[in-house]
Amino acid sequence: MSETPHDQPVVVIESKRSWAFVDFRELNHYRDLLYFMVWRSIKVAYAQSVGGLAWALVQPAIQILVFTVIFGNLVDIGSDGLPYLLFSTVAIIPWSYMSGTMSAASGSLIGNSAMLGKIYFPRIIYPLTPIIGGLINFSISLILIVAVMVYYQVTPTKNMLLLPLLFVMMMMVPLAFSLWLSSMAIRYRDVGIVMGYFMRMLMYTAPILYPSSSISEEMRGWYVLNPIVGVIEGFRSALLGASPEMFIRWDSLICSFVVSLLLCITGAIYFRRMERIVVDVI
Amino acid sequence: MTNRTLSVDNISKLYRIGVPQVTSENSSNPLVRVLTKPFANFRKYRSLYSFSEAELAGETPRNDILWALRDVSFNMDEGDIVGVVGANGAGKSTLLKVISRITPPTKGRLTVRGRVSCLLEVGTGFHGELTGRENIYMSGTILGMRKREVDAKFDDIVEFSGIGKFVDTPVKRYSSGMSVRLAFAVMAHLEPDLLIVDEVLAVGDVEFQRKCLNQMSEAGDRGRTVMFVSHNMSAVARLCKRGLFMRGGELVQDAPIADVVYSYMTAGGQSSAERVWEDMSEAPGDDSVRLHAVKVVGENSMPTGTVDIGHAMGIQITFDVLEPGHQLSPYITMVSDAGIDLFSSADSNRQFESEPREIGRYTTICWVPSEFLAEGTHYVRVVMRAMNRQMLVFRESDVVAFNVIDEKNSGFGTTWWEGKPKGLVRPNLDWTCEYTPPAMIIKG
Repeated sequence: MSETPHDQPVVVIESKRSWAFVDFRELNHYRDLLYFMVWRSIKVAYAQSVGGLAWALVQPAIQILVFTVIFGNLVDIGSDGLPYLLFSTVAIIPWSYMSGTMSAASGSLIGNSAMLGKIYFPRIIYPLTPIIGGLINFSISLILIVAVMVYYQVTPTKNMLLLPLLFVMMMMVPLAFSLWLSSMAIRYRDVGIVMGYFMRMLMYTAPILYPSSSISEEMRGWYVLNPIVGVIEGFRSALLGASPEMFIRWDSLICSFVVSLLLCITGAIYFRRMERIVVDVI
Repeated sequence: MTNRTLSVDNISKLYRIGVPQVTSENSSNPLVRVLTKPFANFRKYRSLYSFSEAELAGETPRNDILWALRDVSFNMDEGDIVGVVGANGAGKSTLLKVISRITPPTKGRLTVRGRVSCLLEVGTGFHGELTGRENIYMSGTILGMRKREVDAKFDDIVEFSGIGKFVDTPVKRYSSGMSVRLAFAVMAHLEPDLLIVDEVLAVGDVEFQRKCLNQMSEAGDRGRTVMFVSHNMSAVARLCKRGLFMRGGELVQDAPIADVVYSYMTAGGQSSAERVWEDMSEAPGDDSVRLHAVKVVGENSMPTGTVDIGHAMGIQITFDVLEPGHQLSPYITMVSDAGIDLFSSADSNRQFESEPREIGRYTTICWVPSEFLAEGTHYVRVVMRAMNRQMLVFRESDVVAFNVIDEKNSGFGTTWWEGKPKGLVRPNLDWTCEYTPPAMIIKG
């Protein structure tokens, strides 16, 4: 080690339960660990499976097919004049990412209780691992979106410039919820029980299977409070902007961004406060 | 000039052990109970980790609060090797967890300079599906190393672990010994400023324990600060210069290791070197004879909890004969810390096997010669036989305990031999030798 004693980090541990934000300096020191945790989660998930990463395509493909058959053919739920397969694929892929990572990240502290009691590192790494790791699956499943778009000969528009922002927002949503839920779950196990209903509620109050045009303008003020709405509408308008129905809805985009940012900041503070005592109450 | 690595100021740690049930007046109605239960639960889980000012000050003698640590203060400087001793539940592990930031103190503050590595178990972060190489990186970064540090030490780690060509094999295919060696190899190549080691590391085979201990003492030689928790007094005595004695969450002694080991071994409680029954009705025995005291004594007949291997020691048994006409003969069994009966020895005054004892107090000592017991903790079982009734009047296990140490590290007599002589006893035996020159050896 080239460090001299003078620049060794000094850590003061106090009993005071202060309100603090994420310690980015410490997190930076542990960035290699985050990298290996993400990498381990992917490697372990597909270890000794024949399909391997191909499952990242098959799982959402089956889901899309089921929804297309039921809602696109058997029940005509409407899709703003677009083919239902195209309409649903661009929504289900980001939703699968958000729902999958949200459940995994929310249970990350409970699920790692053995490790929590044995070693210290910034606890935010636990929920961050599935959120970052899920991006690999998501990137692979983007192939499905591209394939469907090519099949229906969708012309790209300049709306696609929104995509980088949408990817960020798509990660913010599960981070926002899981910072709150993972740290709440260590004290109240009810969170784990309610999680399934909560996810379904988020799904049905967002335009994933149906078009948001079926929501009345009076209700829209409430509707956009669900941060999923902005992300899904954003993906539709960014990818399917050639269709006149798919214009950019700034109200939901901005609302989604603000809501998830607020939840992220407050969640990070709550998480920091709870992470100190996680070992004692878990 | 010494550098302060750790300063601990008045650390306390409280736990709430079960909150008393608040029964509402309507609790007889089951429906009301079901409906009000969530509110009670909510209060209960909220209060798990909050304490009132009065509770923090220790003013409320509430029985639902456990002081796992109480006003513990001490400092450690660079190069200190400190052993923490104490019975189970004395707060040793809690102390380690507070220092390593796994759990916060409820009161007080502590300051750590530099990097802390806390080894509470072997192989944290290991995953069977990952290969040896991958697990080295995983475990190394979990223990606080950066990737480039692992890169730099990678070859040494593989070499040290001896896994060789299995480095790219999933760890689930390793023998358990191999994965433990690999896990330890990663730990051994950490370079923390403060190394915290729990005794769980002391599991495993003798060779592995020796490696652990050597690694720790080398870390100390290199100026690292080491904190070591163990029940194994001989390891603590060998490794550490200074000791901390914990009891009931409090730090009762911070002194040179020999004194601390002595205090621990002689402290009151279940297994001390001295046990006296002041109240005769609670003493083992019946109306004919009762045990009064058992003590471990040194050569000078003074009680002691730590015996050097070079000195003789005795087990002193004091008992009261309450009825005449009983033929009473005691014997002892020496038990190793692993619970193995090492030997038994009966009263060599054989006349008491046939002669009845007079009423009165008898003090008898069973002398154990020097250079006979191996290093480590020993427990004593005391048994009283009534020959006339052909029965055991009492049979008390673990009455006293003491520690055999090898202060001069006499081992096998040489300095190059690093290992501890193996075996449950270490008798000093006579060896004879006869020399035959080659020419005298008759072939055929």
